[in-house]
Amino acid sequence: MTEQTDVPQMQAGQQVALSGVEHAHPGPRTYIAVAIWLAIATAAEVALYYVDIPDGLFIGALMFFMVVKFTTVVAYFMHLKYDARIFRRLMVTGISLAIAVYMIVLTTFGLFR
Amino acid sequence: MAAVEHASSPPGAHQTSTGLDNAKVAMWAFLSSEALLFGALISTYLLYRNRVPTGGVKPSEVYDIPFTSVSSFVLLMSSLTMVLALAAIQRGDHHGARVWLLATALLGMTFISGQVYEFTIFVKEGFTVRSSPAGSAFFVLTSFHGAHVTVGILMLLSLVSMSLRGQLPTERATTVEYVGLYWHFVDIVWIVIFTIVYLIPSN
Repeated sequence: MTEQTDVPQMQAGQQVALSGVEHAHPGPRTYIAVAIWLAIATAAEVALYYVDIPDGLFIGALMFFMVVKFTTVVAYFMHLKYDARIFRRLMVTGISLAIAVYMIVLTTFGLFR
Repeated sequence: MAAVEHASSPPGAHQTSTGLDNAKVAMWAFLSSEALLFGALISTYLLYRNRVPTGGVKPSEVYDIPFTSVSSFVLLMSSLTMVLALAAIQRGDHHGARVWLLATALLGMTFISGQVYEFTIFVKEGFTVRSSPAGSAFFVLTSFHGAHVTVGILMLLSLVSMSLRGQLPTERATTVEYVGLYWHFVDIVWIVIFTIVYLIPSN
Protein backbone atom coordinates (compact mmCIF):
# COMPACT_ATOMS: atom_id res chain seq x y z
CA MET A 1 0.00 0.00 0.00
CA THR A 2 1.41 3.41 -0.90
CA GLU A 3 0.96 6.29 1.49
CA GLN A 4 -1.87 8.61 0.47
CA THR A 5 -0.45 12.11 0.04
CA ASP A 6 -2.81 13.78 -2.40
CA VAL A 7 -4.78 16.44 -0.56
CA PRO A 8 -7.86 16.09 -2.79
CA GLN A 9 -8.14 12.46 -1.73
CA MET A 10 -8.29 13.13 2.00
CA GLN A 11 -10.76 11.00 3.88
CA ALA A 12 -13.94 12.35 5.44
CA GLY A 13 -12.59 11.70 8.94
CA GLN A 14 -9.58 13.90 8.24
CA GLN A 15 -11.88 16.67 7.02
CA VAL A 16 -13.87 16.51 10.22
CA ALA A 17 -10.65 16.72 12.23
CA LEU A 18 -9.66 19.84 10.30
CA SER A 19 -12.93 21.63 10.20
CA GLY A 20 -14.97 20.32 13.10
CA VAL A 21 -18.72 20.54 12.91
CA GLU A 22 -20.45 23.81 12.05
CA HIS A 23 -23.62 24.58 14.01
CA ALA A 24 -26.56 26.67 12.83
CA HIS A 25 -26.16 30.42 13.33
CA PRO A 26 -28.42 32.07 15.92
CA GLY A 27 -31.45 34.16 14.96
CA PRO A 28 -32.15 37.92 15.13
CA ARG A 29 -33.44 37.67 18.74
CA THR A 30 -30.08 36.41 19.94
CA TYR A 31 -28.26 39.13 17.97
CA ILE A 32 -30.45 41.85 19.51
CA ALA A 33 -29.89 40.42 23.02
CA VAL A 34 -26.13 40.43 22.37
CA ALA A 35 -26.28 44.05 21.14
CA ILE A 36 -28.17 45.11 24.30
CA TRP A 37 -25.51 43.41 26.42
CA LEU A 38 -22.76 45.21 24.45
CA ALA A 39 -24.52 48.56 24.97
CA ILE A 40 -24.80 47.90 28.73
CA ALA A 41 -21.11 46.93 28.93
CA THR A 42 -20.13 50.13 27.07
CA ALA A 43 -22.30 52.22 29.39
CA ALA A 44 -20.65 50.54 32.40
CA GLU A 45 -17.19 51.32 30.98
CA VAL A 46 -18.06 55.00 30.52
CA ALA A 47 -19.68 55.16 33.98
CA LEU A 48 -16.50 53.78 35.53
CA TYR A 49 -14.58 56.66 33.93
CA TYR A 50 -16.51 59.11 36.13
CA VAL A 51 -16.31 57.07 39.35
CA ASP A 52 -13.50 57.80 41.79
CA ILE A 53 -11.92 54.37 42.35
CA PRO A 54 -8.28 53.24 42.71
CA ASP A 55 -6.36 53.16 39.38
CA GLY A 56 -5.63 49.43 39.62
CA LEU A 57 -9.30 48.56 40.08
CA PHE A 58 -10.35 51.03 37.36
CA ILE A 59 -7.92 49.62 34.78
CA GLY A 60 -8.75 46.03 35.77
CA ALA A 61 -12.48 46.64 35.36
CA LEU A 62 -12.00 48.39 31.99
CA MET A 63 -9.82 45.54 30.72
CA PHE A 64 -12.45 43.04 31.90
CA PHE A 65 -15.23 44.82 30.00
CA MET A 66 -13.01 45.21 26.92
CA VAL A 67 -12.19 41.49 26.81
CA VAL A 68 -15.83 40.51 27.39
CA LYS A 69 -17.06 42.84 24.61
CA PHE A 70 -14.33 41.66 22.23
CA THR A 71 -15.11 37.98 22.91
CA THR A 72 -18.86 38.54 22.58
CA VAL A 73 -18.57 40.18 19.14
CA VAL A 74 -16.16 37.50 17.91
CA ALA A 75 -18.27 34.62 19.28
CA TYR A 76 -21.74 35.78 18.22
CA PHE A 77 -21.46 38.38 15.44
CA MET A 78 -18.43 36.76 13.76
CA HIS A 79 -20.00 33.33 14.46
CA LEU A 80 -16.80 31.84 15.86
CA LYS A 81 -18.86 30.04 18.48
CA TYR A 82 -20.80 28.27 15.73
CA ASP A 83 -18.25 27.95 12.91
CA ALA A 84 -15.73 25.21 12.27
CA ARG A 85 -13.18 24.72 15.06
CA ILE A 86 -10.23 25.60 12.86
CA PHE A 87 -11.36 29.24 12.57
CA ARG A 88 -11.45 29.47 16.38
CA ARG A 89 -7.98 27.99 16.58
CA LEU A 90 -6.70 30.42 13.93
CA MET A 91 -8.14 33.38 15.83
CA VAL A 92 -7.01 32.29 19.31
CA THR A 93 -3.51 31.42 18.08
CA GLY A 94 -3.16 34.71 16.18
CA ILE A 95 -4.44 36.89 19.02
CA SER A 96 -2.39 35.06 21.66
CA LEU A 97 0.75 35.42 19.53
CA ALA A 98 0.07 39.13 18.90
CA ILE A 99 -0.55 39.82 22.62
CA ALA A 100 2.63 37.93 23.60
CA VAL A 101 4.77 39.73 21.01
CA TYR A 102 3.50 43.22 21.89
CA MET A 103 3.69 42.62 25.65
CA ILE A 104 7.34 41.69 25.18
CA VAL A 105 7.89 44.82 23.06
CA LEU A 106 6.14 47.09 25.59
CA THR A 107 8.05 45.53 28.50
CA THR A 108 11.35 45.91 26.62
CA PHE A 109 10.65 49.61 26.03
CA GLY A 110 9.80 50.11 29.70
CA LEU A 111 6.06 50.81 29.56
CA PHE A 112 5.40 48.92 32.81
CA ARG A 113 8.29 50.46 34.77
CA MET B 1 -18.38 12.84 2.55
CA ALA B 2 -21.42 14.77 1.47
CA ALA B 3 -22.51 15.13 5.07
CA VAL B 4 -19.15 16.59 6.00
CA GLU B 5 -19.25 19.08 3.16
CA HIS B 6 -22.76 20.05 4.14
CA ALA B 7 -21.74 20.45 7.75
CA SER B 8 -18.71 22.65 7.24
CA SER B 9 -19.22 24.55 3.98
CA PRO B 10 -21.76 27.36 3.70
CA PRO B 11 -24.31 27.22 0.87
CA GLY B 12 -22.83 28.48 -2.37
CA ALA B 13 -19.24 27.99 -1.29
CA HIS B 14 -16.87 25.99 -3.45
CA GLN B 15 -16.29 22.46 -2.20
CA THR B 16 -12.70 22.04 -1.08
CA SER B 17 -10.45 19.17 -0.01
CA THR B 18 -10.54 20.35 3.61
CA GLY B 19 -14.29 20.90 3.71
CA LEU B 20 -13.59 24.55 4.56
CA ASP B 21 -14.45 27.56 2.43
CA ASN B 22 -11.07 28.76 1.13
CA ALA B 23 -12.23 32.39 0.86
CA LYS B 24 -13.29 32.33 4.51
CA VAL B 25 -9.94 30.88 5.58
CA ALA B 26 -8.25 33.64 3.55
CA MET B 27 -10.42 36.30 5.22
CA TRP B 28 -9.52 35.01 8.70
CA ALA B 29 -5.82 34.93 7.76
CA PHE B 30 -6.12 38.52 6.47
CA LEU B 31 -7.84 39.62 9.69
CA SER B 32 -5.06 37.97 11.73
CA SER B 33 -2.48 40.03 9.84
CA GLU B 34 -4.61 43.13 10.46
CA ALA B 35 -4.60 42.31 14.19
CA LEU B 36 -0.80 42.45 14.10
CA LEU B 37 -0.90 45.81 12.26
CA PHE B 38 -3.27 47.39 14.79
CA GLY B 39 -1.33 45.76 17.65
CA ALA B 40 1.77 47.58 16.44
CA LEU B 41 -0.06 50.91 16.16
CA ILE B 42 -1.68 50.58 19.62
CA SER B 43 1.68 49.61 21.16
CA THR B 44 3.31 52.65 19.53
CA TYR B 45 0.61 54.91 20.99
CA LEU B 46 1.09 53.38 24.47
CA LEU B 47 4.84 54.04 24.26
CA TYR B 48 4.50 57.65 23.00
CA ARG B 49 1.33 58.93 24.67
CA ASN B 50 3.27 60.80 27.37
CA ARG B 51 5.82 62.26 24.97
CA VAL B 52 4.56 65.80 24.75
CA PRO B 53 6.87 68.85 24.77
CA THR B 54 6.66 71.17 27.78
CA GLY B 55 3.55 73.31 27.44
CA GLY B 56 2.18 71.03 24.71
CA VAL B 57 -1.30 69.55 24.66
CA LYS B 58 -1.61 66.04 26.11
CA PRO B 59 -4.06 63.63 24.42
CA SER B 60 -6.07 63.18 27.64
CA GLU B 61 -6.62 66.97 27.83
CA VAL B 62 -8.54 67.07 24.54
CA TYR B 63 -10.54 63.85 24.66
CA ASP B 64 -14.31 64.33 24.79
CA ILE B 65 -15.37 61.05 26.43
CA PRO B 66 -19.17 61.53 26.16
CA PHE B 67 -18.86 62.29 22.43
CA THR B 68 -16.53 59.35 21.74
CA SER B 69 -18.78 57.08 23.82
CA VAL B 70 -21.69 57.88 21.50
CA SER B 71 -19.46 57.19 18.46
CA SER B 72 -18.45 53.85 19.98
CA PHE B 73 -22.09 52.98 20.59
CA VAL B 74 -22.92 53.82 16.96
CA LEU B 75 -20.15 51.52 15.68
CA LEU B 76 -21.24 48.72 18.04
CA MET B 77 -24.81 48.96 16.76
CA SER B 78 -23.54 48.83 13.17
CA SER B 79 -22.29 45.32 13.97
CA LEU B 80 -25.85 44.40 14.92
CA THR B 81 -27.28 45.73 11.65
CA MET B 82 -24.51 43.93 9.73
CA VAL B 83 -25.31 40.56 11.27
CA LEU B 84 -29.05 41.18 10.69
CA ALA B 85 -28.23 41.82 6.99
CA LEU B 86 -26.48 38.45 6.82
CA ALA B 87 -29.39 36.70 8.57
CA ALA B 88 -31.82 38.36 6.11
CA ILE B 89 -29.99 37.28 2.96
CA GLN B 90 -29.50 33.76 4.31
CA ARG B 91 -33.28 33.39 4.62
CA GLY B 92 -33.83 34.90 1.16
CA ASP B 93 -35.11 38.29 2.33
CA HIS B 94 -33.24 40.49 -0.16
CA HIS B 95 -35.14 43.70 0.59
CA GLY B 96 -34.42 43.25 4.31
CA ALA B 97 -30.76 42.56 3.56
CA ARG B 98 -30.47 45.78 1.53
CA VAL B 99 -32.13 47.80 4.31
CA TRP B 100 -29.77 46.40 6.97
CA LEU B 101 -26.70 46.83 4.73
CA LEU B 102 -27.66 50.47 4.09
CA ALA B 103 -28.28 50.99 7.82
CA THR B 104 -24.80 49.59 8.53
CA ALA B 105 -23.23 51.91 5.94
CA LEU B 106 -25.10 54.92 7.41
CA LEU B 107 -23.97 54.06 10.94
CA GLY B 108 -20.41 53.73 9.62
CA MET B 109 -20.71 57.16 7.95
CA THR B 110 -22.00 58.61 11.23
CA PHE B 111 -18.96 57.20 13.03
CA ILE B 112 -16.57 58.64 10.41
CA SER B 113 -18.31 62.03 10.55
CA GLY B 114 -17.85 61.99 14.33
CA GLN B 115 -14.19 61.17 13.92
CA VAL B 116 -13.64 64.01 11.43
CA TYR B 117 -15.45 66.43 13.80
CA GLU B 118 -13.32 65.18 16.71
CA PHE B 119 -10.12 65.68 14.71
CA THR B 120 -11.03 69.28 13.83
CA ILE B 121 -11.63 70.05 17.52
CA PHE B 122 -8.29 68.47 18.48
CA VAL B 123 -6.42 70.47 15.82
CA LYS B 124 -8.11 73.70 16.98
CA GLU B 125 -6.94 72.96 20.51
CA GLY B 126 -3.35 72.45 19.34
CA PHE B 127 -3.20 68.64 19.37
CA THR B 128 -2.10 67.76 15.82
CA VAL B 129 -0.21 65.02 14.03
CA ARG B 130 2.92 67.22 14.14
CA SER B 131 2.55 68.72 17.62
CA SER B 132 4.20 65.82 19.48
CA PRO B 133 5.11 62.12 19.22
CA ALA B 134 1.86 61.49 21.15
CA GLY B 135 -0.10 63.37 18.47
CA SER B 136 1.61 61.44 15.68
CA ALA B 137 0.88 58.09 17.33
CA PHE B 138 -2.74 59.02 18.07
CA PHE B 139 -3.59 60.35 14.60
CA VAL B 140 -1.84 57.50 12.77
CA LEU B 141 -3.70 54.90 14.85
CA THR B 142 -7.16 56.46 14.65
CA SER B 143 -6.76 57.47 10.98
CA PHE B 144 -5.79 53.92 10.02
CA HIS B 145 -8.91 52.71 11.80
CA GLY B 146 -11.01 55.38 10.08
CA ALA B 147 -9.58 54.33 6.71
CA HIS B 148 -10.62 50.75 7.44
CA VAL B 149 -14.16 51.88 8.31
CA THR B 150 -14.28 53.88 5.05
CA VAL B 151 -13.22 50.82 3.02
CA GLY B 152 -15.92 48.84 4.85
CA ILE B 153 -18.56 51.45 3.92
CA LEU B 154 -17.53 51.22 0.25
CA MET B 155 -17.83 47.42 0.39
CA LEU B 156 -21.30 47.69 2.00
CA LEU B 157 -22.50 50.13 -0.67
CA SER B 158 -21.10 47.79 -3.36
CA LEU B 159 -23.13 44.94 -1.84
CA VAL B 160 -26.29 47.07 -1.94
CA SER B 161 -25.57 47.94 -5.58
CA MET B 162 -24.97 44.25 -6.45
CA SER B 163 -28.20 43.28 -4.70
CA LEU B 164 -30.20 45.92 -6.60
CA ARG B 165 -28.82 44.55 -9.89
CA GLY B 166 -29.74 41.00 -8.88
CA GLN B 167 -26.11 39.92 -8.54
CA LEU B 168 -26.40 38.88 -4.91
CA PRO B 169 -28.66 35.81 -4.79
CA THR B 170 -29.08 33.77 -1.60
CA GLU B 171 -26.45 31.33 -2.92
CA ARG B 172 -23.89 34.15 -2.66
CA ALA B 173 -24.71 34.99 0.95
CA THR B 174 -21.10 34.10 1.75
CA THR B 175 -20.04 37.39 0.08
CA VAL B 176 -22.07 39.26 2.70
CA GLU B 177 -20.52 37.04 5.39
CA TYR B 178 -16.95 37.96 4.30
CA VAL B 179 -17.73 41.69 4.32
CA GLY B 180 -19.43 41.13 7.70
CA LEU B 181 -16.29 39.52 9.12
CA TYR B 182 -14.27 42.55 8.01
CA TRP B 183 -16.83 44.96 9.49
CA HIS B 184 -16.99 43.16 12.85
CA PHE B 185 -13.19 43.12 12.95
CA VAL B 186 -13.13 46.90 12.51
CA ASP B 187 -15.63 47.07 15.39
CA ILE B 188 -13.54 44.91 17.76
CA VAL B 189 -10.45 46.98 16.96
CA TRP B 190 -12.42 50.07 18.06
CA ILE B 191 -13.50 48.28 21.26
CA VAL B 192 -9.79 47.97 22.10
CA ILE B 193 -8.91 51.53 20.97
CA PHE B 194 -11.79 53.09 22.93
CA THR B 195 -10.72 51.38 26.16
CA ILE B 196 -6.94 51.61 25.88
CA VAL B 197 -6.56 54.96 24.14
CA TYR B 198 -9.53 57.00 25.42
CA LEU B 199 -10.58 55.60 28.79
CA ILE B 200 -7.37 54.45 30.47
CA PRO B 201 -5.54 57.52 31.80
CA SER B 202 -2.00 58.17 30.57
CA ASN B 203 -0.55 58.77 34.04
